[in-house]
Amino acid sequence: MAVLRRDLTLAWRQRGDMVLPVLYALIVTSLFPFALGPEDALLRRIAGGVVLVTMLLAMLLALDAMFRSDIEDGSLEQLMLAPQPLALMLGMKILAHWLATAVPLIVIAPLLAGMLHLPSPVIPVLLLALLLATPLLSLVGGVLVALTAGTRRSGMLLALMLLPLCVPVVIFAAGALAAAQEGLPWIAPIAWLGAALVMAVVLAPLACAAALRIALDS
Amino acid sequence: MTPATPATPLLEARALSFHRQDEPVFGPLDFRLDAGELTLIEGDNGSGKTTLMRILTGLLRPEEGELLWRGEPLSWDRCSGEVVFLGHQLGLKSELSPRENLRFAIGLHGSREHSQVDDALARVGLAGFENEPVRKLSAGQKKRVALARLLLIPAALWLLDEPYANLDRTGIELVNGLLEAHIAHGGAALVTSHGAVQFHGGEPQRIRLHD
Repeated sequence: MAVLRRDLTLAWRQRGDMVLPVLYALIVTSLFPFALGPEDALLRRIAGGVVLVTMLLAMLLALDAMFRSDIEDGSLEQLMLAPQPLALMLGMKILAHWLATAVPLIVIAPLLAGMLHLPSPVIPVLLLALLLATPLLSLVGGVLVALTAGTRRSGMLLALMLLPLCVPVVIFAAGALAAAQEGLPWIAPIAWLGAALVMAVVLAPLACAAALRIALDS
Repeated sequence: MTPATPATPLLEARALSFHRQDEPVFGPLDFRLDAGELTLIEGDNGSGKTTLMRILTGLLRPEEGELLWRGEPLSWDRCSGEVVFLGHQLGLKSELSPRENLRFAIGLHGSREHSQVDDALARVGLAGFENEPVRKLSAGQKKRVALARLLLIPAALWLLDEPYANLDRTGIELVNGLLEAHIAHGGAALVTSHGAVQFHGGEPQRIRLHD
């Protein structure tokens, strides 16, 4: 709990950094109509996918920094020596990171979807998909950030490793959106996302802890 | 080695050595540390003082030899909560104030009885700086914030890596005072230094590392 409170305080102190992903998502989605032409039917068809991919890419911007400052200033060593399970504390760090980066994005998602004429009945499905997909990405990303923590220029490696793991998330989330747009039942892909999220919540902090111990053991 | 004493030592190293990419960093080392004892680790730059410290915290694994914590092999989960480590990286968040940093440390490690964050900050000479962001403090003042952590967190063993670096004359006296009080209360401490340390509370045990 102390970790969660501290990280949220830190995020609030550096709220300029929180604005960047939001701004990025805003710019990217508003460029699409300019590039593709303001055709209603076309935009309506691609709106869901564009918003989804933009959100996930915007999250990647901040992912790299999840543990960096803690490693640099020695806070991570102090966490490791604390008499509490490291996995739990890292889980809290990931939660704080998700709250600080993904929640602002989810808040503006309906606005972006509206800009691209996504039919309004689909917007709740979009939000649900984002609520499941973004924490999944934070958790999986956290493990990868922890794995690459010891290496220099980890950004490149991180992007390469994250790509194959992003693909199923995008497929299921976009599948739910497409189904909802055509009035078909969309619950199955959402359920898959939910199942993956549950698994990640349990396993990712443990993997993160193990990876960071290895990263610092050098 | 000293003849066997009935009490198990707090920390014991047997033929401890460490290599980095096949180059020996230090060792083999034998030493023991009992409660109420201070040990100085001396050595030149690059002689492996910090590496030894990191091994003693359990963050690094020694390659050869044994480390025993209260008679059992040391690992990070066995000694956590009983060891405070103060390294070159102080583990302070520069955006937070000293008070917030110390509150966080207490939240993680628990606090000693009758200890107050503001009292500890006053003791290390930072009264009036409680709410300044740490990034605005000088290097010596940051060190003092980290030293205040020693006053607040309960621990049997202090591992202090270069606690005198960046400190002025009063700061050095402060560290010595903290160490004397800790030893007097039955705590143990391992301190690294370049060798230019005056300690008043009796002659400490010395471990010499050399290349």
